[in-house]
Amino acid sequence: MATLSRDDVAHVAHLARLGLTDEELARLEGQLNHILDQYAILAQLDTDAIPPTAQTIELENILRDDVVQPSFTPDEALANAPERDGDFIVVPPIIGDSEP
Amino acid sequence: MTAVRAAPPTGVPASVLERYEPVIGIEVHCQLRTASKMFCGCSTDYDGAPPNTHTCPVCLGLPGALPTINRLAVEHVLTTGLAIDATIAATTRWERKNYFYPDLPKGYQISQYAIPLAAAGRLTFGTSGGDVTVGITRAHLEEDTAKLVHATTPDGRKVSLVDFNRSGAPLMEIVTEPDVRSAEAARRYAEELQLLLRAIGVSNADMERGQMRVEANVSLRPRGTEAFGTRVEVKNMNSFRSVERAVNFEIERQAAALDAGQPLVQETRGWDDGRGSTYQMRLKETSEDYRYFPEPDLPPLKVDAVWLDEVRARLAELPTARRSRYTSELGLSAYDAAVIVADPAMSAAFSAVLASDPSLPPKEVANLVAGDYGRAAKEIQERTPDGLVGRSSAAELAELLRRVAAGELSRANAKEVLGEHVRSGEAVSGIVAARGFRQISDASALSDVVDEVLAANPAAVGDYRAGKPQAVGFLVGQVMKATRGQANAGVVQAALRERLDRPAGDA
Repeated sequence: MATLSRDDVAHVAHLARLGLTDEELARLEGQLNHILDQYAILAQLDTDAIPPTAQTIELENILRDDVVQPSFTPDEALANAPERDGDFIVVPPIIGDSEP
Repeated sequence: MTAVRAAPPTGVPASVLERYEPVIGIEVHCQLRTASKMFCGCSTDYDGAPPNTHTCPVCLGLPGALPTINRLAVEHVLTTGLAIDATIAATTRWERKNYFYPDLPKGYQISQYAIPLAAAGRLTFGTSGGDVTVGITRAHLEEDTAKLVHATTPDGRKVSLVDFNRSGAPLMEIVTEPDVRSAEAARRYAEELQLLLRAIGVSNADMERGQMRVEANVSLRPRGTEAFGTRVEVKNMNSFRSVERAVNFEIERQAAALDAGQPLVQETRGWDDGRGSTYQMRLKETSEDYRYFPEPDLPPLKVDAVWLDEVRARLAELPTARRSRYTSELGLSAYDAAVIVADPAMSAAFSAVLASDPSLPPKEVANLVAGDYGRAAKEIQERTPDGLVGRSSAAELAELLRRVAAGELSRANAKEVLGEHVRSGEAVSGIVAARGFRQISDASALSDVVDEVLAANPAAVGDYRAGKPQAVGFLVGQVMKATRGQANAGVVQAALRERLDRPAGDA
């Protein structure tokens, strides 16, 4: 049995900037633990002889030359913006600094 | 040459450094010199452009858009890796660094985590206490974020404005080991790194323009102990001087807290240049949780020996190698070599003038380049395609030096010719002819002027004879003025001394 706590779920929700009710947290705690249990079953497979892979398509070194292509016009770029100020996108105020 | 060093920033009191040892690691983000962005074809030439004019589905993070890797950006990191003696990963991959912020449209930054392109390098630089070598943990490739501007709307709402022009620009992160032990060394590391990045052509690394961002992780430990103290990250330094000041401030602040028995907290602090202090930006209550995982949209990257050899073959001469070549092969002083190599315009002129006339003594070329030419470089922003100041040419600078060496042009006149040539690009011969410059080295031709100057300046003559030999410098200046700078200063000085040293009655 996986043992993800309610606090773990709340932490992951915070990282994803999701505001969840206690009811939702409780439901997701069960669901996430269930998912982890399924992974625990997969983890029983013997994979010692199999190299780790993050790709299913066997490609490597797909590179492009450093060549400029046309960009969007500001109107195209901002077509779906919820709010504009000139050619800026307006978002709720952010306090503090940016990553990275 | 006379170079005046800027007054050093206020240092940390010795009593603090006797008790505590600063332990500093430095993280530098620099924008790579490419025409297009890291994963899309949008131009990186957005400095000063209106907002959101350099975007596309990839760098706006629109659903379904897929990244493709810019080969040149990868090669810039490989070049940097070779230049810092790092180990290049044979196979590397990309990872997603997940966090939510309006400057990051995808909700993750494509970066490298487990396997950086370059690891375990080092950089050596000079400090007032001798050469220092700092270990470089890693250099990896990632994408830059968008830019946020904080504003208030006409109806009084506080908002943030997003400009995605910078989003997805190629960024290299270079992280050192906690090997740095002083604020001066932190500044010198950053200066040497900038010089290196420019020399190998991978970044313009202009701090004021945000092309090079320096962060310092500062902690203190009691002298003689090994365990690291609580680490504070300092950012927002936009000049080398502020790097040194910020680290010094942080050392003093932490020492005062430790002395007072106050525990330090792990936090990020910003440097306020106007106040000369750091302020809390955010607490790091929990360890950073970016949930890195391999980027499924990009295939892994293999760097084979053939590719790496191609990159190595194009590697420019490194600043360290150039300095040692200038001192050991060309006989320059370590100081002159450091000054010339540190300045792109001086460096370009020094090698171009010597290439134009290899018979010129390197020391003479260095004196010109680091002296009057170097001063012109600070006043005139214009550069030729070869990186020379104003409109100057290497062949003409060589001609100027030959004329001085041949005694045809006084040093005072040469300085004027240099100034005019740098500004107009006109040939030295033309300027000399137009101005009628011709060095007067014949003592008999100078005799009358020397006598007139002595007669007109009895006070200086008196000073000299009263035991102030430096008064002769003033008199030489007067003769130069009277001859419009054409007199040979050496001949003038000899003539003046010869008269001044005679018994007073004979004058």
